[in-house]
Amino acid sequence: MMVNNSFRTCPDTGLKFFSSAENLIKANAVAGVVFLLIGGMFGLLVGLTRWQAVHLLGAEDFYMVLTAHGLNVLIFWMIFFEIAILYFCSSVLLGCRLATPRWAWVGFGLMVIGAVMNNVIVLQGNSSVMMTSYVPLEAHPLFYLSLILFAVGALIGSFVFFGTLVVAKAEKTYEGSVPLVTFGAITAAIIAVFTIVSGAIVLIPTLLWSVGLVGEIDVLAYRMIWWAFGHSSQQINVAAHVSVWYAIIAILFGAKPLSEKVSRTAFLMYILFLQLASVHHLLVDPGLSSNFKMFNTSYAMYLAVMASMVHGLTVPGSMEAAQRARGHNAGLFTWLRKAPWGNPAFSGMFISLVGFGFLGGITGVVMGAEQINILIHNTLYVPGHFHATVVLGSTLAFMALAYWLVPVLFRRELIWKGLAKWQPYVFGLGMTGVSLFLMGAGTLGVPRRHWDIGFAGTGGITHEFPAAAYTMLALNGMSVILAVAGGAAFCLIMVGTILFGKKLGNDEPMAEPCIVAPVTDEEYAANGGSAFAIPGTIVLALVFFVSFALYYFINWKYLAETWGIG
Amino acid sequence: MSDQDQGDDGDIPMMQKLLDNPFLLLFIGVASPAVLYLGWGLMEIVTIPAR
Amino acid sequence: MSSLSPPAKKIWWNEPIHKSELLWISLVFVWGMVMTFMMPYWHVVGKQNLGTETYKTTPKAFQATTQEFVDKYTVRTEGPRNYPVVAPPAGGDVYLIARLWEWWPIVELKKGETYRFHLSSLDWQHGFSLQPANINIQVVPNYEHVFTLTPNASGEYSIICNEYCGIGHHLMIGKLLVVD
Repeated sequence: MMVNNSFRTCPDTGLKFFSSAENLIKANAVAGVVFLLIGGMFGLLVGLTRWQAVHLLGAEDFYMVLTAHGLNVLIFWMIFFEIAILYFCSSVLLGCRLATPRWAWVGFGLMVIGAVMNNVIVLQGNSSVMMTSYVPLEAHPLFYLSLILFAVGALIGSFVFFGTLVVAKAEKTYEGSVPLVTFGAITAAIIAVFTIVSGAIVLIPTLLWSVGLVGEIDVLAYRMIWWAFGHSSQQINVAAHVSVWYAIIAILFGAKPLSEKVSRTAFLMYILFLQLASVHHLLVDPGLSSNFKMFNTSYAMYLAVMASMVHGLTVPGSMEAAQRARGHNAGLFTWLRKAPWGNPAFSGMFISLVGFGFLGGITGVVMGAEQINILIHNTLYVPGHFHATVVLGSTLAFMALAYWLVPVLFRRELIWKGLAKWQPYVFGLGMTGVSLFLMGAGTLGVPRRHWDIGFAGTGGITHEFPAAAYTMLALNGMSVILAVAGGAAFCLIMVGTILFGKKLGNDEPMAEPCIVAPVTDEEYAANGGSAFAIPGTIVLALVFFVSFALYYFINWKYLAETWGIG
Repeated sequence: MSDQDQGDDGDIPMMQKLLDNPFLLLFIGVASPAVLYLGWGLMEIVTIPAR
Repeated sequence: MSSLSPPAKKIWWNEPIHKSELLWISLVFVWGMVMTFMMPYWHVVGKQNLGTETYKTTPKAFQATTQEFVDKYTVRTEGPRNYPVVAPPAGGDVYLIARLWEWWPIVELKKGETYRFHLSSLDWQHGFSLQPANINIQVVPNYEHVFTLTPNASGEYSIICNEYCGIGHHLMIGKLLVVD
């Protein structure tokens, strides 16, 4: 791969793009979208099989496809796109060269090899072990090897990011502290390092065990260390998508954070405590004490939850402040009504914010209470929850960013703007349905990763789930179709833009400005001297708080009604 | 000039210095879950008694 | 200066925080403390706190102990697979095996009595999911998990496997009976 060391200044954004960083961002983002498309298609098959009246796949295919679905979207799509975000937030936002582009390409190559190899192995059918590959259930050795290769590639990418921070500092391409968005990316990269190292600690011995070089893997230790990888990888997404939220409100509204101190301290809480939530998967495991479970599941006294709730206020809050400063000052919600709802970068970001908070965030914290977890562990509630966090939250935020980033990077105009305008709504609505209906079925006890809740082949031993459970799974199937249509539209728009979008000349700017000029201190102050008064956001935040508290205590009440457990 | 830089840096509050240091953050970000989650968890698993 | 650029002020740490932000931070901090308090509080007053007593074991040893338990307390056989129905004395120990792809044996409990369950897998990981009570517990091999259950309603319950355990996962279902 050619490593070209020149900069171009983007005529649309004024940002300085270092060419090898730009190429790497393009390559990683495109690879991400490809795996999103593959994983999304597998998701469609899963949804249509869970719909008992359709029951599309046979059992063996279902478990194989479910394994592939999880790995492609939860790991490959996410991490490819996050590496693109890391390079953007370092090299582009700091206006410096990328450290060791050759190593970055090596990392990218390993990730591609790992991801492709993993798909090939899984689709051969003898590694249907789900993403978690819990020992002593055994996959083909190449299954573990492919994940290790992918992880090593991602680790190289993370270190290229840290190296780039060093380059920027040494070459003084910025003054003072890094931008808030870059700070969010640092948070994501730190969590990524912990995640990947944990993955290596657990997967390397498992690979050796699968080829007979290690006698036995302790099941409890495997589960604990695997989740330091499996859950923390989703925390990379959280840090990355919060960072993307801040980026999008800066791009579209020229917003600055209400307080650098508060937002950065909130990210620090992520760095310190977010990863402890890996224990959410072990709350009904034997062998681990309640003290260990309570401390870790609360992210050390809910300080990381507090951080998310702070971001949940400051992101719309800084948007509100910027909008008010620019004249949308009337009433409580004019700032929100006058937002560019037809721009997919905005609508995607805002649906992501609301969906992540209300559906993903609340449910995650509630089911992460040590005792409440007894009601939902391994039921469909769990995938319902994480479709709200990872898909409605992270994926939609990344899509929103892509609507802005891909035209800027490739210097092409977005195609099919009419479809793009609707895409976040279709995808958001579909995914809201998926997560609500899966959670609904989970509340009724429906197990996750289960081919047939009608128990047709058990020779007469059955369990009758309530009819509502079947309805939920049917509604889930329909929502999946909607979401996949939205997801496919996104992939088509992106690929179409890259291939067929109207090419712009070297210095020819886009029709519309790509970054709104930052709101100045004078503009903020002009707002009747009440800069940063955010009454609308406070109202929304209080609605959120009340929903959270109600749902939390309702679940304790449910718990109190079941059997005594000691 | 370098004198002035040092003078300025001296005024920067501790917490801001911490947040401006990605490698210190990397260290605590890996050490915290490594101790509180992995370390503590492994201790409990290896001390499970035999029947 | 937006979030995409370095902060305008070189020292931003000492900038004041707006009161609406402070208000929210105080509220969510207090809420975090409430939630922190709830879990230990439930350990004191709540009746649903899964025990964590655990022993290392082997599939062979656990199977032998369970067999002894079944031999001692079996009252009849039942169902399409002619499984033993085991009725331990009220307040006694219950041994339950999870294996590919069944729960063994069928246990018959008395409503309102507290039993000490011993649960382990003989092969892969499984998920004990008692329906419709909706009690879900991870089951792993090589470890014997001991906890208590106190049924609060009589009837026929299903034990479903909710941890993926290979191609027969969806066939893994067992029964648990509660009598008055």
